Amino acid sequence: MHSDTRVQLNDVSYSYEEQATPALSGVSAVIQPGEFVAVLGHNGSGKSTMAKLLNALYVPTEGNVLVCGYDTREEKYVWEIRQRAGMIFQNPDNQIVATVVKEDVAFGLENLGVPTEEMLPRIESALSAVRMSKYADKAPHLLSGGQKQRVAIAGILAMEPSVIIADEATAMLDPSGRKEVLDTIRTLNRQKGITVVWITHFMEEAAQADRVLVVTDGQIRLEGTPAEVFDRVDEMREMHLDVPHMTALAGELRAEGMPLKPGILTVDEFVEEVERLCPLKSAT
Amino acid sequence: MLNNITMGQYYPVDSKVHRLDPRVKLILTIVFIVTVFMARTFLGYAVILGFVWLTSRLANVPFRMLLRGLKPLRLIIILTFLLNLFFTTGETVWVEFWGIRITQEGFMQAAFYSLRLIFLVIGTSLLTLTTSPVALSDGIEILLSPLKVIHFPAHELAMMMTIALRFIPTLLEETDKIMKAQMARGADFESGNLLSRAKAMVPLLVPLFVSAFRRAGDLAMAMESRCYHGGEGRTRLRVLKITRNDWIACGAVAALLALIILEGIIF
Repeated sequence: MHSDTRVQLNDVSYSYEEQATPALSGVSAVIQPGEFVAVLGHNGSGKSTMAKLLNALYVPTEGNVLVCGYDTREEKYVWEIRQRAGMIFQNPDNQIVATVVKEDVAFGLENLGVPTEEMLPRIESALSAVRMSKYADKAPHLLSGGQKQRVAIAGILAMEPSVIIADEATAMLDPSGRKEVLDTIRTLNRQKGITVVWITHFMEEAAQADRVLVVTDGQIRLEGTPAEVFDRVDEMREMHLDVPHMTALAGELRAEGMPLKPGILTVDEFVEEVERLCPLKSAT
Repeated sequence: MLNNITMGQYYPVDSKVHRLDPRVKLILTIVFIVTVFMARTFLGYAVILGFVWLTSRLANVPFRMLLRGLKPLRLIIILTFLLNLFFTTGETVWVEFWGIRITQEGFMQAAFYSLRLIFLVIGTSLLTLTTSPVALSDGIEILLSPLKVIHFPAHELAMMMTIALRFIPTLLEETDKIMKAQMARGADFESGNLLSRAKAMVPLLVPLFVSAFRRAGDLAMAMESRCYHGGEGRTRLRVLKITRNDWIACGAVAALLALIILEGIIF
């Protein structure tokens, strides 16, 4: 058992009953404690299936998945795994159970059988970690999408997980909501050392991760830091995935002979690199 | 809990009655219903009226809110009154026309039975006005939990109620959205007779149902991923506690019941 790794997939395959082709085939990956890993792929690539395998919602048809050392195939570990690997889903409305925010945060604790006296402090600290304390007594349907997702994160956080798996948690949000949720998760990752598996099809979000896994047709095709992955513009295009605009532009300029350094992701980085190559004449 | 949105009849103010334990209120409501059935005379009803009025004052609920609960039942109440008025045989004839006679006994009985209905509605309204739906489902769960022995799904029932309450606003919002989308494409929900209006609802209900099922699937998965595994070994955030006021309320209702029984014996 490799309990020093957070999540480990060993040659995992998964097929849905009604489908001939497997959703995932022969996927192996290791995620270390404290890592922020983005799983990037377009619709139907198998990335969502991968998320559900990490939470024992699905059990691999072949191979095995270890979460904090627990094998998801063992039915007796199911609650251990789900407590350690919390999951946030795409639709903010469809994952809130209770009619009051703090009661929803309590839902997971109630399921775990945490004593009532312990619940309140845990709920409070979870809500304050996602900056939703003042909404504790509100009805969830009055919140914005980003706020609802933060409540969902608090619900997971109260259960004191080691890993948070976000399955396209921002796909249904507006840009400000997306930023809100991603920032919250990044803070939790940095300050509390919670491992994050961020499943997304937004390049800009994947660019913020420590490491990116690109999934296509049920397999991990590319792996590396965001800069490494996005620099392989042609391969990404082949998989019908975009790269950030600046990376694409840098790639094309490089093909034309401009010696730009690899790993440019943002406008600022691009500007900096161009300025380095052709220093501005001091303004008159 | 009181910051909860108003749903159903709940009248969200704070009062001693609101703060009573929902289990106690449920039981007392049942006792109250029995009491109403045991009253034999108008004097008894006067006592009950006094009790209801006092409770509504204590609960900070305006009396007209209680009467509002009668609105949907007004047809039944009127029908009860008229049927009893026309078809009770009696001695003292007041009016007689087309072979129907209205007697004093008939009038008394008609008034009596309609008042009984009115009190039943008002009594239960007092419960729903002063107890939030969430507290109510909590109370029901605990009261029904002894029935788990015979495999009655008390926890599941309460969970279903909670989820239903949680999704009512979401589904309402969605209905509104679909309606607007259909209206933008020329759907007409307002004109025409009842049948054509009912038909116009079909393109509204189909997408609503489809989405409700999708939501149910999503929610089930989200609940499982948060370790939900039924009511066993579950603790609760809200713990219900019987306080002194609960005992006082029990005493008050018991006194009412005793008065009504006494009245039945004396008169």
